[in-house]
Amino acid sequence: MIDPQVVIVSAASLGSVGIASAALLAGASRFFKVETDPRVEALIAILPGANCGGCGFPGCSGFAQALVDGKAEVTACSPGGADVAKQIGAVLGREVADRARAVVRLRCSGTRAVAAPRVEYGGVDSCRALLLVSPAGSKACPRGCEGLGDCVRVCLFGALRMGENGLPAVDEQKCTACGQCVTACPKHLIAIEPYDSTVFLACSTDLAPKDARQACQVACLACRLCLKACPHDALVWDGRRPVRVDDKCVGCGLCVDACKQGVLVYARGAVPEPGVRAQAERLLAERKAVEAARKAAAKAAAAPQPAAPPETPAGDGPAPA
Amino acid sequence: MEIAHYLQLVLWAILVNNFVLAQFLGICPFLGVSRKIESAIGMSIAVVFVITAASVICWLLYYTVLLPFHLGFLRTIVFILVIAALVQFVEMVIRKVSPSLFQALGIYLPLITTNCAVLGAALLAITKDFNFMKTLVYALGSSIGFGLVLVLFAGIRQRLDIVPAVPRILRGMPIALVTSAILALAFLGFAGLVKM
Repeated sequence: MIDPQVVIVSAASLGSVGIASAALLAGASRFFKVETDPRVEALIAILPGANCGGCGFPGCSGFAQALVDGKAEVTACSPGGADVAKQIGAVLGREVADRARAVVRLRCSGTRAVAAPRVEYGGVDSCRALLLVSPAGSKACPRGCEGLGDCVRVCLFGALRMGENGLPAVDEQKCTACGQCVTACPKHLIAIEPYDSTVFLACSTDLAPKDARQACQVACLACRLCLKACPHDALVWDGRRPVRVDDKCVGCGLCVDACKQGVLVYARGAVPEPGVRAQAERLLAERKAVEAARKAAAKAAAAPQPAAPPETPAGDGPAPA
Repeated sequence: MEIAHYLQLVLWAILVNNFVLAQFLGICPFLGVSRKIESAIGMSIAVVFVITAASVICWLLYYTVLLPFHLGFLRTIVFILVIAALVQFVEMVIRKVSPSLFQALGIYLPLITTNCAVLGAALLAITKDFNFMKTLVYALGSSIGFGLVLVLFAGIRQRLDIVPAVPRILRGMPIALVTSAILALAFLGFAGLVKM
């Protein structure tokens, strides 16, 4: 038989333990209170709460803290998208520009047919595994895409597909630029680019031009013809390769035509608008004329001093640019 | 003699009677927090801390309060209450006193507030009639054993994640369960090491 006294004593003692613990915690929460920025709480409420870590911070609360500390970009939350970015901006009092649509693109065009192999790899089917075995990769160009598809495997949106040619192909309509493949690529060959940009350099080799020519038929050889061909100064030299300046590039494609190696390419088969193209050509012709005139003037000024070098008129004819 | 006995107890708790692999306690954090070695290490440290503190407090509570008042039968439910309150309390104190320690352990503490491994350590120490020192050593040993297995397992899982040879349907949790089974079989090899 159950003694009712036992029941009462149990309930009472358990209740008192509970009340004592509650009192302790209540007191402690008062006594050990840590002053936190109220904005952090507000941000945590806004964030999706998936704790995916896509922003690069430990969970949504870590991201909220980083936002308040000014260490994180307002737009860094991929799952939240533009909506959440706007709300975050409202809490932090920062203006949030509509995030331009972005996509990822592969900075390599060294298909199996054109990029020379360095070693034969027959191991585990993963770029990361390959680089563990052979840190320089399996192609002659150390910055060549291995084509084992680490990026394809991590893509959550089915925007990447391994092509027949051994390079991953991006479906720019499906790509959300979440950056999973950017981090998955052990060679960092995938770049996030504005969707609107139509030309880009599909090569990231750091080999000297001479070696690059040996390693790959479509390597950037640092000839700078593209820079000279651009009438809008939309390409700048970073020391090894051209870099597009997004707010200057109009997508006329003159650089694509100028590139002898075919590594400056149109994204998703874009075709430059005829008007833009014609205008750019006019601009370039004007520039060349001005340049030629300036050169001729300089030569004319320099010519009288030495005793008439014979090749002066010949060097003027075909513009080397 | 005493020290040898305690060493035996530690070895027994870590290897032979391991919390996860022999007693099936704390499976939830074992599977949940073993994706990365770093987080496994953080979790292990938090577990060592909480189990040791909780077992000691519970032992004191049992022998100074519950037993004298003939309330020994209430120990399970009282321990649950006390451990939950204790972990919350410790979390608050750490947050105030050492923000850097809180950064390292903070996210793991709430996860083990009501974990069965913590309760198990406290209850088993009572069931086995351990004295105070033995309880302390037993709690320390078994939580270190938990941490060891957690870190080992995280290392294996990190490597498994790289290998695409794992069939697609086995990816993630299934292969983790298979792996833990094999790990448990391996730990069975320690069975005769120490007799308690």
